[in-house]
Amino acid sequence: MVISPIDTATPSISTDTVRYIAYLIRLKILDEETKVFSQQFSQIIEYFQLLNEIDTREVPPANENCPMNNVFRDDQVLPSMSREEFLNNLPQHEGYYVKVPLIFDDR
Amino acid sequence: MELYNLSIRKAHELLVKKQISSVELTSAVLANIHRLDPKIRAYLTVVEQRALEQARKADIRLHSRENITPLTGIPYAVKDCFSTRGIRTTCGSKILQDYIPQYSASVVEKLNNAGAVLLGKHNMDEFGMGSSCENSAFFNTHNPWNLERVPGGSSGGSAASVSAGLSLFAIGEDTGGSIRMPAGFCNIVGLKPTYGRVSRYGHIALVSSFDSVGPLTQDVYDCATVLQTIAGKDPKDGTSLPDPVPIYTTSLEKSINGLRLGIPREYFQAGMEAGVETVLQDAIRVFEKLGMQVQEVSLPHTRAALPVYYLILFAEASANLARFDGTRFGYSTNQKVESVIDLILQTRQEGFGEEVKRRIMLGAYTLSAGYYDAYYLKAQKVRSLIREDFRSAFEKCDVLLAPTCPTTAFKIGEKKQDPLTMYLSDIFVVATNLAGVPALSLPCGFSEGLPVGMQLIGNHLSEEILFQIGYAYQAETEWHNMHPLIT
Amino acid sequence: MNTIKYEPIIGLEIHAELLTITKMFCGCSADHSSLLEPNTLICPVCTGLPGAMPVLNKKAVEQSILVGLALNCTINEVNIFARKNYFYPDLPKGYQISQYDHPVASDGWLDILDENEGTRQRVRIRRAHLEEDTAKLMHKGNFALIDFNRAGVPLLEIVSEPDMHSVQAILSYANKIRAILRYLGVNSGDMEKGVLRFEANISVRPLGSQELNTRTEIKNLNSFRSLTQASSYEINRQIDLYNNGLDVNLETLGWDEVKGETYSQRGKEEAHDYRYFPEPDIPPILVDRSWVQTISSQLPELPDAKNKRFMEEYGLSLQEVRSLTYEKEFADFFEKVVTLSSSPTKMIYNWLTGEFTRQINERNIDIQKIPVTPENFAQLLDLFSSRVINDFTAKEILVEIFISNKNVRDIISEKGLLQISDENYLTDLINRILSENPDPVKQYLAGKESLFQWFMGQVSRETKGKSDPQVVRQLLQKILKNNN
Ligand SMILES: [Mg+2]
Ligand SMILES: [Zn+2]
Repeated sequence: MVISPIDTATPSISTDTVRYIAYLIRLKILDEETKVFSQQFSQIIEYFQLLNEIDTREVPPANENCPMNNVFRDDQVLPSMSREEFLNNLPQHEGYYVKVPLIFDDR
Repeated sequence: MELYNLSIRKAHELLVKKQISSVELTSAVLANIHRLDPKIRAYLTVVEQRALEQARKADIRLHSRENITPLTGIPYAVKDCFSTRGIRTTCGSKILQDYIPQYSASVVEKLNNAGAVLLGKHNMDEFGMGSSCENSAFFNTHNPWNLERVPGGSSGGSAASVSAGLSLFAIGEDTGGSIRMPAGFCNIVGLKPTYGRVSRYGHIALVSSFDSVGPLTQDVYDCATVLQTIAGKDPKDGTSLPDPVPIYTTSLEKSINGLRLGIPREYFQAGMEAGVETVLQDAIRVFEKLGMQVQEVSLPHTRAALPVYYLILFAEASANLARFDGTRFGYSTNQKVESVIDLILQTRQEGFGEEVKRRIMLGAYTLSAGYYDAYYLKAQKVRSLIREDFRSAFEKCDVLLAPTCPTTAFKIGEKKQDPLTMYLSDIFVVATNLAGVPALSLPCGFSEGLPVGMQLIGNHLSEEILFQIGYAYQAETEWHNMHPLIT
Repeated sequence: MNTIKYEPIIGLEIHAELLTITKMFCGCSADHSSLLEPNTLICPVCTGLPGAMPVLNKKAVEQSILVGLALNCTINEVNIFARKNYFYPDLPKGYQISQYDHPVASDGWLDILDENEGTRQRVRIRRAHLEEDTAKLMHKGNFALIDFNRAGVPLLEIVSEPDMHSVQAILSYANKIRAILRYLGVNSGDMEKGVLRFEANISVRPLGSQELNTRTEIKNLNSFRSLTQASSYEINRQIDLYNNGLDVNLETLGWDEVKGETYSQRGKEEAHDYRYFPEPDIPPILVDRSWVQTISSQLPELPDAKNKRFMEEYGLSLQEVRSLTYEKEFADFFEKVVTLSSSPTKMIYNWLTGEFTRQINERNIDIQKIPVTPENFAQLLDLFSSRVINDFTAKEILVEIFISNKNVRDIISEKGLLQISDENYLTDLINRILSENPDPVKQYLAGKESLFQWFMGQVSRETKGKSDPQVVRQLLQKILKNNN
């Protein structure tokens, strides 16, 4: 897997970058798709560059300046859900365990 | 008038007077679904037996005259992005094609407690990603006013359904216009409430910081009725607002004389269709006639709203859609896989549609090491400026008027191949989601036989004023009473 | 061959499960013992079902602030949760809700004693942040099984600066953090249940040099034993590489307990692009001064302060004091006994750290669940020090009260264990024993003094161990002298 070099000055997105981000987000993509995505992404990212015209040096990010703060839950037990129902939706299970194929990078 | 075209208000009146029963009303709507939905395709799932059972219970409740709410016995449906216990919930995606949740969204619970009758689940763009309902993994929904055209999106199934009498009202969700835009295309009323006004718990998140749950109805009175039922603090949603919920329906007739109506200059420069602009100018004259003071205002960062909206959407959506991995619920690949990574890669490849892939990849890109400041952080900063635009506009006026969409409903397939052009159709609706303020879309006329919607945008928690203005407008006009003729 | 002396540079990350009743973001019980059936403590939130939303447990924040204060940290006024994005089947949402650039606490320190040199050393603490635990994975053949009971349990991640330079230092640091967390009541300290997990960042450099060499990170160390073994293995491995003219790779390592080796975890590097961004479902937490003050007033006496006070109040050495204060419950027990008992403090200390501790260890008793009341133990010691019972009996009764915690006096009267110190009775008994054993008496009188103990033993045997050895000794000496 190639880790793409970072270059925000030229917003074009190479097919290698497309492959890298596809893996980051765990999407298998086909070779012919990478080309199309690469073009579309470059076009969309290019459009986003219009934000660079706006001076935000003194501006705080909106998400850290939320209208609400300190929303908590009390430390009290609520009933759990039925594990039979949980089980019904599992693609694979063994007993009451969720079952998945081998995890390679954990030996 | 056919029962399925009744407003909530009228149906409630008849139910309470026992001139009709909920079973009759529900059956009439179900019959209409059988008749028309094969053409419109608003529903992904119809739960006929369950609905009739709920209607019978509602009738018992109506009969006992106890605990009756304005929604008791009223048949409705929800966009398929709301978790419904025991009822298939797909979010318009193959990755959830057979998913049957173990719990219901808070909004569904509230409506259930109010005695409303759930008919089923409405079609939508996959995970809300789209403006035309063409991104549903299952089928397109057709606009009842012209079956060759899109109903708008992403709550397209809901808007088409209410417009065509396939449900008396619907619950949609608006991340960047997804309630208002289809409401405008389908000649109905749609409200995007203040962010946090309605619980999001159980709504399958697209953009957690924009998503707003709201009603789609035939008129403003109904819209007020539904909002007062579903709004309020929910302990399961930490972002839901604690402010008390007014009984909106009691203050609808309040005079709007003297209220200040702001016309954002930038929205009228951005290039809307001529037919849309003509209709909108007519609407402004109606408001003047109603005694409102019309004035021009400026929202200087309007042009930046769309890129900011999409940047934040891509980022949040890429995380929100990470849980769909084929291990605990929903679709899981049938291909033989050797490891869990293969399982996840393959499941997501097969389960997600193209637009979803495009957006979550862009989200991963804009958040990845080295890009965060240039894209996500930058977008959040410009978002502060956009919020500030609205704040200062609301110092000068009480509400803003804007078109809901620059065009009327476009043809199915027309914009599908060009994602960027499709994104541009959201130009008038996304800024309100960035600012978290409420906006009400209303029918305001027709252009070449297709409905045109306008939106009234208010300050935080100003739904009451929006309803008053919308109600006054509808008392003066007939657009909302026009139903499509479906052949 | 010229051998360079190397100095290890070690930083430690400690993941501590907090002792809340419920999980961090939902109402499921956080008490996820491995004895439980799998997937019983689950709900839509902690299994990441579509549409479920987190709501923050206030207690988890308060416990984190408490730890931050105990570790001399700055408690940050703004706490923001963030999503840490990565895919792993034990992470149900595909992201972990954690804290990134606005953690609950930062810039603290902890003083430790390097066991080898006995010197005090300061370890700086970079930050402590709150996050949710993952599910438990079990490998089985070509599959993995997942249990979500642990998913969403609050974890506090305490990150030190790379200020430690020996395996002993890491061990004292880790032990001290464990003791503090237990003192605060925010972690059970039960290592076997995995409530404390370590990650060590290690590099080495020639002693005296200031260079910063490549470091490695060893993940998932779940016991003090694996922490120390893996660290010393890794230090030696790096030194060997340098001595052979090779380089250390920047990588994440696992620890193979069976082989006693660290190993490279393939492919983890590329997953380091975590794409953090602020969690939109949880509004920011503002921690104001008065809230911190309220929590600060709940801070108990911590180990260092307790050590100092014990040394002053009880005249014990630091070494002695530390064996008492390592566990808060043990220190509390000691103090209770001291208050209740009239026996000398030193004697109480000796009994507690000796026979008493031996009972606890032999019986594998949880220090939080000592089955003996301080009242009963104090009474036992007092009966012994006033010579109502002898040493042998006292030990026998100790065993008995560990089994039943029956009242010490009741045990004595039931079993007739009162010490025999009646001089007339003992004089008769001694006379009888001496007359029955003329040969040993002769030998003793001829100078074989070691036989004295043998006579003592005979008396003890005849009294079934209940005779007062002090009285017997005096009488025996007197009678033998008279026999001369
Ligand atoms: Mg961590
Ligand atoms: Zn839970």
